[in-house]
Parts: sequence; structure tokens; C-alpha cells
Amino acid sequence: MMMSFGTPAYDISHLLGGGVLLLSFVLLYQRRLGAVINAFAVQGALLACAAAWQGFVQGAPGLYVTAVIAFGAKAVAIPLALRLLIGRLGLHKAVEPAFGIGASLLAAIGLVGLSVMVVLPITAGGVTPLARVDLTIALSVVLLGMLAMIARRNAISQVIGLLTLENGLILGAVGVTGMPLVVELSTAALVLMVAVVAAVVVFQIRDRLDTLDTSILDRQRGDA
Amino acid sequence: MLRRRAFEGRRRGSAGAGPQMMPVAWILVFLPWIGAIALALMPPRGRLPAMVNIAVSALSFALALGLLWEPHGEQGWTRTDGLNLPFIAVSALVGLTTAIFSAATLEGERFDNLRARAYHAAFQLFMGAQFLALAADNLGVMWVAIEIATLASVLMVGVHGTPAAIEAAWKFFILCGVGIALALFGTILLYMAAMPVVGRGDPGLSWAALQAVAQDCDPGLLSLAFVFLLVGYGTKAGLAPLHSWLPDAEAEGPLPICAVLSGLLLNAALLAIMRAESVVAAHPAALAPGPFLIGFGLLSLLLAALALWRRRDARRLFAWSSIEHVGLAAIAFGLGGAVANLAGILHLLGHALVKSAVFFAVGAASQIKGSQKIADIGGLAASHPVLGWGLALGIAGLAGMPPFALFVSEFRLVAEAAARLPWLVPVIGLGLLLAATALVTAMQALCLGQPTRDNPVPGVFALPGGLLWVTGPVWLHLALATALGLAVPAGFAALLAEGARILG
Repeated sequence: MMMSFGTPAYDISHLLGGGVLLLSFVLLYQRRLGAVINAFAVQGALLACAAAWQGFVQGAPGLYVTAVIAFGAKAVAIPLALRLLIGRLGLHKAVEPAFGIGASLLAAIGLVGLSVMVVLPITAGGVTPLARVDLTIALSVVLLGMLAMIARRNAISQVIGLLTLENGLILGAVGVTGMPLVVELSTAALVLMVAVVAAVVVFQIRDRLDTLDTSILDRQRGDA
Repeated sequence: MLRRRAFEGRRRGSAGAGPQMMPVAWILVFLPWIGAIALALMPPRGRLPAMVNIAVSALSFALALGLLWEPHGEQGWTRTDGLNLPFIAVSALVGLTTAIFSAATLEGERFDNLRARAYHAAFQLFMGAQFLALAADNLGVMWVAIEIATLASVLMVGVHGTPAAIEAAWKFFILCGVGIALALFGTILLYMAAMPVVGRGDPGLSWAALQAVAQDCDPGLLSLAFVFLLVGYGTKAGLAPLHSWLPDAEAEGPLPICAVLSGLLLNAALLAIMRAESVVAAHPAALAPGPFLIGFGLLSLLLAALALWRRRDARRLFAWSSIEHVGLAAIAFGLGGAVANLAGILHLLGHALVKSAVFFAVGAASQIKGSQKIADIGGLAASHPVLGWGLALGIAGLAGMPPFALFVSEFRLVAEAAARLPWLVPVIGLGLLLAATALVTAMQALCLGQPTRDNPVPGVFALPGGLLWVTGPVWLHLALATALGLAVPAGFAALLAEGARILG
């Protein structure tokens, strides 16, 4: 199957990748934690579809495993766990943005522009057009994940930012033809993310602890 | 869940090693992981777990020494060479002495049963992951190893469960989580660059294969990959401005953690950056990695040199000193060439030895005095001469005084900088001078002068031998650091020189 513009292989993976990126934008303008978690679940489902489609196009059955794991964990298990957690801890349901929604969306557009400008010129030779577009989208999702972590004060929103960042990584990894260990690496990355979620549950990180602002740590350290 | 990861790694490892006998490098990885499972299952009453911990570490050390005499080469996903073997040996030694120190100070940590199990299992899980990260030839395997090491160290940092420990563990987890996620992106990019040249499959992730074909790879992808790997693993290496997790983690975790975080984890992360640098530097049209490393290194050195002046907590002080020394090593690797690379390798090894000795001594002192504030620990040389003078010498070593390895490596670094980039010399000199004076001031406060009142943590140093469990490792490390500086055995020197050549 040719992988260039106009063929189903290219168009469908482009569509799914674009959907994942779109959901990253959706995550940025939600004002309620529940909506953020829903958007993340949809993104996880789309990522699973993207991985399965790549498995079909590349004839790599391992990617179906990645897809199933991604769906089970990111579209079902992690969103459920986070919902239970915010219910049980009685966390503020509203997201506290560190800077305005409009500003973060503008910054997001800037970051996507940046990743286009970075990736397209350097991959002009050697790489297939599909991998090129995939990489651009993956880098955008990674950068938007970092933005989401910076733009929110709340611990759970920051964890979701990290989780979408990891979605970007998996999107990039499944798009590269013949990447070895891709199932192992995506599983290992998922284990890390599950551990982060588990840490929130076990440590019961609440409002008092829900920021990475180092000034708050000064109370605890001997240096204040 | 951590244990499940260990099992997974084990299964894959045996697949990678093939049907014949498992190579020593892989035994070195699995031995601590089997130990971790045993320690997690073992009833934590009495001194048995601490002794098992020492026994596993001692066996690992024996294996690591044996590995030095094995022929170098590839074993599936690992490759032993002149670059990683010295680090494996020093890591195993620090692991052993840390286990000994840990046995003596465990009572003072006041763990309950669950925490004692988690702590011992996480320690051995970390050691196995550390060996795998150092030995790995495959980028993906190395990434998984560094991830396991991160998970284990988060568990160890947060094991006390106090608000301060949880905050430190959380900060460590989030920052390093982002860091290693970015490193994975860098890994994917590096494979993308190599795939058109080496073809699909495992060789595209092998350091040795990548280094050989780097000239033919796409320079743009190589540059982008290096940026992600540098920022990603740089977070783990504690390079400024990505260092902010390090002082908190070192101050709030159990005492023995400081030694393995500063002495081992930082080295593994920096080794990963160095390997990435050697791949990217092999392509003339790709981004020159040297200036990036020198920039990060100078920033770390100067920031730490200033920060050292304002510390009141002894463990935070020495955590900042780790940032300083990682910065110096990064400058050395940024300069590149056989001489500067050798200085960098020597610096990392010497730092691992001296810094863990200092952390042992400071840890023991803080248990004797019941506080880790510098103001509460004073006059150690008068009240506990063996411990106090060991600490004083160790701090002098960190400040770059002879006869320790850090003096030799800093001297070589400055000499090489003077020959190649003279403008660097005054900047490095300023950083070294500021840091050294701050450390000497701290040394005078901690070791000399009027002894402060003892306020020992109940039950500490109850093992027969008492303080010997601490002073023994401290003086052993100091002696080895001196030997590494002045009288390196010919075989080991050849190994170090080969490592410097591999980096190019």
C-alpha cells in the first residue's frame, strides 16, 4: 500500500492523529475536572484506533496489542480511577488555570506551529510522508501535554497533562515503521503513568500538595 | 506492580540472552531483582533483611569485579566496554557499602513492617535497574531500566510518608516522569534517523550500530533526537535548570538513599547523555552537542556554587554539591576529546566514591545529633574523631583538594580548557573557588570547633561494632578515591582510557 496523500493508509492515520491532537486542544479549554477526564478518555480511545490502524497498515500484529492495552488503560481504567478519586477526596471540581484559557489556546497554536516548523524542514529527505506527518502531530501532542501541565495548578490536571504527553509519545512510536520493542516500550511507559496515578491515590495528594510551586516546599525544607 | 516489572524484564532478558548460559552482565542485573523479590516476601522482623540485603549486594559486587576480567563485547541487549565497566564496578561497590551503612542506621529510620519490606525491595530493584541502565547497548532497554530505577527511587524517597517526604517524592516523580517521557521521544527520533540506513529492527536502537552509521543518518533528526535526550536524561542527571527535584529528594528520603541517588543514578543518566552525544557528534552536519553540554554544565556549576552558600540543611548542601560536580563532568564531556573525556569519567567515578562517603558520615552524624541542620552538628572531629576526620577529608575532597580523584580530574579539566577554550578557565575557576570556599566553611562548622550536644536517635548503631559500620565504608571510599587519583592500577587505567576513546 502506498503511503502518500490520497491513499486510505495515509488519510486514515492522518485523521486519527489529527483527532488525538484536537482532543489535546479540547483538554486545554475545559473548566471542570470531569470534562477534562472525559476528553482524556476519548483521546485514549482515538490513540488505540490509531495504533490498531498502524498495525494493519504496517502488517505488525504487535501494534494490536499496544492498541488493546491503550484502550483498556487510557479509555477505561485510568479515567474511572480518576473519577473515583475526585469523588472520594471531594476535590474541587473546577479546574484552576494558572493562566487564562484564551492565552493557553494561543500558546497551544504557537506550539503546533513550532513543531511544524521544526519537523518538516529536517525530515525533507529519507522519511516517508506518513512518518513525517505523524511525527509532527506526535511532537505537537507532546508539547501540548507539557503546556497542560504548566497551565493548570491542580495535581490531577497536571497528571492528565503528563498522560496526554505520553499519548503523544505512543502516537509517535507506532507511526515509525518497524520500530523494535514498540510494544514493550509503550507498556513500560504505561506502567510509569499508572504508577503516577497510583501515587496520587496512595499519597492522597490534595489541594495542599497539588502544586509544583517550590515556594510551598520551603515550609518543609530547612532553608526558608 | 514494581515486582511485576521485574518479572517482565526477567522473561525478556532470558529471551535476549539466548539458549546458552546467561552472560555475567545479565546475572548481575537479575541477582538484585531476585533479591528484591526475596526481600519483599521475607518477614521484616529482626536483622535478617538487612543482612540479606548486604549479602545480595556483596554477591553483586563480586560479579561486577568478575565482569572486569570477562572479555568485552555484546550479549544481546547489553554490551560491556571500557566506558561502562568502571561505572558498573563503582556502582556495585557503592551499593555494597550503602547496604552496610543501611544495616547500621535502619533502626533510626523507624520503619514499620510494610515500609521496611518496601525499602529493602526497592533498594535491590534500583540496583538491578542501575546495572542494566549502565550495561545496556539497546536504547529502549536502557530507557526501561532508567524508568524502573526512577520508580524504585520514588518509592524509596517517599517511604517515610511524612508530608515533606511525599512532597519530595511527588516533585521527583512528576519532573522525572516528564524527563524520561521526553527521553523516550528522543529515542524514537534516533531510531527514525537510523532506520533508513540500518534497516528495521533491533540494530536501529543499538548504541554501537548507531555510532557506526551516524555519518549516513539524517542530520536534522539526529539533532532533534539529541535535544530531547539531553533534556530528558538531563532531568535525571540533575543538570540545571532541571535539577530542582534533587535537593528535596536527598533531604527527605531515608539516609542511605542519598548515596545511591548522588553516586549512581546521576552517573547512569549522564552516561546515557554521553552516548547520545557520541552518536550525534559523529555527523559533521548535525547540531554540535559540545556547546549544549558546556552551557548546561556551566549553569549547573555556577548556580550550585552560589546555592551552596545558603544551605542550612547538611543533606541539601551536599545535594547541591552533586549538581556542581555533574555540571563539571558535563563541561568535560562537552569539551570532548580523549583528555577531557577521561577527566569527565574520572570525575564521575571520584564523585561517586567521595560523595557517598560524605553522605554516610553526615547521615551517621545526623543520627548521633538528632538533626540534619548544619548548626546542630558541630565539632565532630573532637567528639567522634574517626567519623569527624573522615567527614572533614571527604568534604575537602569535594572541594577539590588533593590527593583525591576529584583534584586530579578538575586539574586535567582546567588544563584542557586552558589549551582549547581559554575563556572557559576564569568562569570554571570562579565556580570552583566559590564552591570550594562554601564547602570549607561548612566543613569548619560541621567538623571543627566546639562539639554540639549529642541527641542520638534511640536504637541507632546498636549492631555489634557500632560506628565501625559507618566509619569503615567512609575510610574505604576515601582510600579508593585517593588511589583513583594518584595510583590507578595499569589495567584499570587502560580501561578508563578506552572508555574515553569510545566517546570520541
